[in-house]
Amino acid sequence: MDTQTNTKMKLSRRTFIRTMAGAGGGLVLGFYLPGANAAVVAPKPWTTPTDGTEINAWLTIDLDGTVTIRVPHTEQGQGALTSVSMMIAEELDVAWDNVQAVFADMNRHVNYGQEYVVTTTHGSQLVRQQHPHIMQAGASARERLKVAAAQAWGVSASQVAAKQGVLSSGRNSANYAEFATAAAEISLSQEPTIKTPDQWWLLGQPTPRVEVPVKVNGSAHYCIDTQLDGMVYAAVKCCPVPWGQLKSYDFDTIKDRTGVICAVEFKALEGKTFTSDMQNGVAIVADSWYRAKTALDLMPIEWDVGPNGNASNASQAAEAQRLFEVTGDVSNEVGTDAIGKIDRSENSLLAEYHRPYETHARMEPINATVSVTDDRIDVWSPTQDQAAPIRIIADHLGRDPKEIFVNTAFLGGAFGGNGGGATAVTKQAAEISNQLRRPVKVIWSREEDVAHDKQRPPVYTRLQASLGESGLPEAFFSRAVWFSHEGVVNHGPATADLSIGNMPYQVPNRRHERHNVAAHIPTATHRAPGANQNGFIIEQFADEMALEGGWDPLEWRLEMTKGLEPWQRVLLKIKEVSGFTTDLPKGQGMGIAVVEDHGSICGTCATVSVNQRGQLTLEKLVQVINSGYMINPLNGAEQIEGAACWELSHALYGGLDLDNGHFTNTNFHTYNLMRMPQVPEIEVHFALSQDGWWGGMGEPGGPPSPPAVANAIYFATGKRVRSTPVSKHDLSWS
Amino acid sequence: MAFSISVNGTTYEVGAEPETPLLWVLRDNIGLTGTKFGCGIAQCGVCTVHVDGQPVRSCITPASSAVGRQITTIEGLSENNDHPVQQAWIENSVPQCGYCQSGQIMSAAALLSRTPEPTDNEIDTAMAGNLCRCGTYPRIRKAVHRAVEIYQGSKA
Repeated sequence: MDTQTNTKMKLSRRTFIRTMAGAGGGLVLGFYLPGANAAVVAPKPWTTPTDGTEINAWLTIDLDGTVTIRVPHTEQGQGALTSVSMMIAEELDVAWDNVQAVFADMNRHVNYGQEYVVTTTHGSQLVRQQHPHIMQAGASARERLKVAAAQAWGVSASQVAAKQGVLSSGRNSANYAEFATAAAEISLSQEPTIKTPDQWWLLGQPTPRVEVPVKVNGSAHYCIDTQLDGMVYAAVKCCPVPWGQLKSYDFDTIKDRTGVICAVEFKALEGKTFTSDMQNGVAIVADSWYRAKTALDLMPIEWDVGPNGNASNASQAAEAQRLFEVTGDVSNEVGTDAIGKIDRSENSLLAEYHRPYETHARMEPINATVSVTDDRIDVWSPTQDQAAPIRIIADHLGRDPKEIFVNTAFLGGAFGGNGGGATAVTKQAAEISNQLRRPVKVIWSREEDVAHDKQRPPVYTRLQASLGESGLPEAFFSRAVWFSHEGVVNHGPATADLSIGNMPYQVPNRRHERHNVAAHIPTATHRAPGANQNGFIIEQFADEMALEGGWDPLEWRLEMTKGLEPWQRVLLKIKEVSGFTTDLPKGQGMGIAVVEDHGSICGTCATVSVNQRGQLTLEKLVQVINSGYMINPLNGAEQIEGAACWELSHALYGGLDLDNGHFTNTNFHTYNLMRMPQVPEIEVHFALSQDGWWGGMGEPGGPPSPPAVANAIYFATGKRVRSTPVSKHDLSWS
Repeated sequence: MAFSISVNGTTYEVGAEPETPLLWVLRDNIGLTGTKFGCGIAQCGVCTVHVDGQPVRSCITPASSAVGRQITTIEGLSENNDHPVQQAWIENSVPQCGYCQSGQIMSAAALLSRTPEPTDNEIDTAMAGNLCRCGTYPRIRKAVHRAVEIYQGSKA
């Protein structure tokens, strides 16, 4: 399209093509898709428009009044673009359909003052923990616009109103754009305070996520979609047993294949934080990924698997049984002598539970594109911290962070596994591009992804309790055995104890112990880490304690959480909306579970049926969440539904099998996950305390779902399922 | 080695081994990256495209087998995001990370073209080959029903 045609078009944001004067006076074309009266984002979200006036690092205002909000977090479908934009639009007071979102410039953040404060995107913490400084940025911009207008109009700033993109005072009125340049120069003597929830006009409204339209036509750009001039492709294979050595490979056998360029070796650097997941291996570089992958598969490779070649699920289970008899680290103790009281009790129970390794299996396989030149490095990395690749590559190649630029794309899933920067693949791509001085895209095959993802660690837990005369527990004792590499050492103790160490049930004497066993399989956070494993365990054992004492499971939980308002609110809502009952014919069951995760309390009532042959059908899940506050109920409901499917996938069908030091699961035919026919109806309710605390939303929907289903299975069949995947258990009954 | 294939109504001359999966020809030779790579063994469905109107997993379909046939990818489903399935997907806020959604949408569009009013069971069966890790399944089910209404409304 030539510029002549373009300038004749009506200049509206709602047209497909937007014309903007570039900073250098040239014409810049931005492509936008029509949104339904909503804010928008471009398919290539790192393409920052250049014509707006910057009020602060978070936002610019264009001449036509469009507000561009720069989001420093990653978008993995959890709604970062929308949440950050809503929080700023709320304070700035600008119409939502005049907002567009882009990703912030991480080079600026890392090298020039860290203006975005936090760039990591994990732990369900964006809204609950970061809303103060994000909303502050919007409020500050609004007040500076008011001061600028007040100075021009000769009134005091308190006499200027800022509403929906318009400044007004008496007969004076102007769009924000008119005072944007002046506002950028204003320093406030005192920064404004942010709004309280009763003052919100946009937050709290169900708001479609801004990037939905570009995700239904294939235009949304993921890291794996990056195409650069002169780019080459690499397929990689690392030692199947992590930390094993690359003994030899025979590049000569494949070097004459069409398109094959070279082989590049990788070396593990154990013990260095950012590099410890870089494994020993080899890449084949070619002019297409298919040619690289085909050649790699044909190349003979010999590995020295090292000392971990005998590790297996069975060896870990045996170690757990041994450690069940050994005192572990005490992470929580209330009252006195819980163990002795249980030992002396005539009314006690004991159960052992297990959750195996799980993998993230994001639908977008692990990949990264890096272009290294003498004066500039560009990166497309599927990380949950877009600032991390700058530090990782600067460290790995010894380059100045000022030369490194991150192009933030959409992530095809993350789920905690891309925290810290998708480190291994980003380093691999940097290594190859540095050697070849060409852009390179590294893609892990699904098999490589399953083998070398950082996995969710397994746990074995023994629980004991003794009951008093009321049938309620008077003593509780748990001893957990975790197997992990660096994960539990770094963020493990807290993660490993979640939901059990800090359970809400007010047992007068209780003690939780934990063993962290070093294992060679690299581990990482995995959507609702700890709470997913432990929620399955403690919420079934809660039912075991309740039923042993003659209590209804829901009434037991209400009794045991007396005085804990956030929990009571969730449980009472479940009672109100779920129709929970233990009085159903055999083959049908309802189950309850409630778990705190990332500051929110989520409860589930599951309804299942199990036929006599043991075939399980999930009929319905009712999810109730208390996150304190809720800035976008639509986005919130999406997250609660999705998290439930996430964790039910692992509990019902997943589970990695470790044998001979590596996993025997290789791809989706041997790592089964929930599919459409198995998905129940899911109903989401909010029960918000709204009394000063904020909880997260991305993860808490997962943990209560599997134990609620397992508790329902118990009522349907009389069978207690204490390990996962449930699909490996015989649920038949007669 | 070169051959021609027709994608979204345009003919492309492709230099690749004939056994190269259609997925990689679409993505790396032609540059249509809306069709995604997920597993390489037809287990996840993110690579679903239409060949002569039928949904196929392009990661295991040799490109040469599509010579002389009409290939439609997500980019060719509509010009303005206004295919009934796309409209229904937007209305129900289906995509989260979005990576699997090209495949989901192509599977759903193929289902509706052969079964205009599918039951829940028919939806489950037709969509069982498409994995979603974000757990958008309940919304996909609703959106397929909504797409039926949009189809019928557009005919009325």
